[in-house]
Amino acid sequence: MAHRALRVITAAVLAAGVLTACTTEPAATGTTGGTGKGSSDGKLVLGFAQVGAESGWRTANTKSVREAADKAGITLKFSDAQQKQENQIKAIRTFIQQKVDVIAFSPVVESGWDTVLKEAKNAGIPVILTDRAVDSQDTSLYQTFLGSDFVKEGQEAGKWLVKEYEGTSDPVNVVELQGTTGSAPANDRKAGFAEVVKGEPKFKVVASQTGDFTRAKGKEVMQAFLKSHEDIDVLYAHNDDMALGAIQAIEEAGKKPGTDIKVISVDGIKDAFVAMQEKKINVVVECNPLLGDQLMELAKKVAAGESVPRRVEVKEGVFTQDQAAAALPGRQY
Amino acid sequence: MTPPDDTGTGKRPGRAPGTRRLIEHRLFWPAAVLAALLLGNVVFTHDFLAVRVQNGHLYGSLIDILQFGAPLILVSLGMTLVIATRGIDLSVGSTVAIAGALACEHIATAKDPGSLSTVLSAVALAVGVAAAIGLLNGFLVARLGVQPIVATLVLMVAGRGVAQLITDGQIVSVSSSAYKMIGGGYWLTLPFAVLLAAALVAVTSLVTRRTALGLLIESVGGNPVASRLVGIRAAGLLIMVYVVSAVCAAVAGLMISSNVSSADGNNAGLWIELDAILAVVIGGTALTGGRFSLGGTVLGALIIQTLSTTIYTLGVPPETTLVFKALVVIVVCLVQSPAFRARLSRRRRTAAPDPASAAGDLTARRQEVHP
Repeated sequence: MAHRALRVITAAVLAAGVLTACTTEPAATGTTGGTGKGSSDGKLVLGFAQVGAESGWRTANTKSVREAADKAGITLKFSDAQQKQENQIKAIRTFIQQKVDVIAFSPVVESGWDTVLKEAKNAGIPVILTDRAVDSQDTSLYQTFLGSDFVKEGQEAGKWLVKEYEGTSDPVNVVELQGTTGSAPANDRKAGFAEVVKGEPKFKVVASQTGDFTRAKGKEVMQAFLKSHEDIDVLYAHNDDMALGAIQAIEEAGKKPGTDIKVISVDGIKDAFVAMQEKKINVVVECNPLLGDQLMELAKKVAAGESVPRRVEVKEGVFTQDQAAAALPGRQY
Repeated sequence: MTPPDDTGTGKRPGRAPGTRRLIEHRLFWPAAVLAALLLGNVVFTHDFLAVRVQNGHLYGSLIDILQFGAPLILVSLGMTLVIATRGIDLSVGSTVAIAGALACEHIATAKDPGSLSTVLSAVALAVGVAAAIGLLNGFLVARLGVQPIVATLVLMVAGRGVAQLITDGQIVSVSSSAYKMIGGGYWLTLPFAVLLAAALVAVTSLVTRRTALGLLIESVGGNPVASRLVGIRAAGLLIMVYVVSAVCAAVAGLMISSNVSSADGNNAGLWIELDAILAVVIGGTALTGGRFSLGGTVLGALIIQTLSTTIYTLGVPPETTLVFKALVVIVVCLVQSPAFRARLSRRRRTAAPDPASAAGDLTARRQEVHP
């Protein structure tokens, strides 16, 4: 036993020695890029820690970042965290050790980033958050946030509804399929929508329930809504997948989605555009994952020490049925 | 042996023997809870129990409960047999995801996605892989002596990754009317999924109750040492129940993915293993193994699904959904506990407390387990 313990300790000491050597003489290894601004070949190095590949939306996001980096002549160090925070923290630490010029990442969860972000700050590496925010009190830990404004997406959905029913005073019954309870997109899309709609008393949200952002739950919940509420005029779904599931439920109830029950959805995945072309969805508020170009622009600015806004919004659109056919071939996710 | 008349519950005055026999029936409490849930719904939604014909098939909340409950019934069916052997199968949720992913991926890449042969080969593929998963679980438990909870935990964690590997992390959509039939289609005005689940329940119950198989499973779970001494080969039985459980989960996975015509490796069948275990327990099968009740399990699964539908139709706010569910489950479990019921009725009675009541219930239960 004692012998084995000794061996373990020796190994640990040796490993620690190697690690120290790495961190103290990074320039000597030569492979991980130079020190300070710019790598050995003068290119900007961006370390990007992605959440994972959990959805088509995310895959499109990754693709956009990769392509934009190529186009902008930025060396991209990419890491996939497989939806685990510890992997993401590990990746960021590696980026710090490699002395990349800029670190960008989409935080898996909102909290628990202070320590690793402080390490990046101490190493003098600016950090950009993409797509999701962190709840850190210390705002000096990151330079900027690039992503969607979920509240605005909810407002856009509400605005479309108000416009659609302009001039009528008949009551309009709305059912809402919320995203995963407590998640930022669900909270904000609900709040934004409610904010716009509450101005007119004719709109009444008669039922609102979580569909967990999935097709199966969207269908199950919508089926129950259809039975417990006689006259539903509008469905507002927090994402396309739930809307697609709910459309099936509406059809099975013998009603026409898009006509008998108007469907508003958020995200803009390809399947939703197909459904919109078939007149089953009335409007899709885009939540754009293609933020690569904007990210590269920001990365160049922060690396050069220029000041950037604290919050940069991704360019997003609202698509209606008459635009669906034209937009469909260009949809990347 | 004490005659049943001496048990505590039987001593209540003024109760007809027929009523007593009914209340003492194993399925009475689960059935009562289900009926109470359904009636509770009628109070809030008056036409909750109404079923009408629409587009040539039956339509109504009850049909929804059966259709969405069918996958849970199947998973719970397999789980009942596993639990009867003192085991547990945590990998069913992942198996659901893998089966759906395999089938949808196969159909999506096939030349002719609508044809029956494509769908049949997809089903065969999914069920075949599930059987292999069950064999692996069974092998770990029966031959290597790994504890069931640990052995199946492996695939519970890894399986979802496998499902995502198959679908490349994406949601695979299929458009195949033949595949849609399994989980979303109708046959003889009833959802095909319900008929399929009913058929599988019937076959399982025939095989376990009309042959010695059920008795053997119960004896392996009830007392492994004694069953080894009388010469029951436990290993083969154990492997078999894990295979059955995995195959049931696979069929459930086909239903779930077929119902929405897409496979979602991340979310399909997420936490269904816990719902299934709950269904088994509500149905009156003890986690300690031994006696099992398939009818109770079906009732248990229906209670859980009714509860979900109730939440949607009542409009319970999503933030409090889980608390609401938990409260109902606690009440269900308390109502089913003989010790709790005995205590309650003792307190209610003004007469002198009857110490034999709780003990009597226990004796009665023991007699049931070891006839």
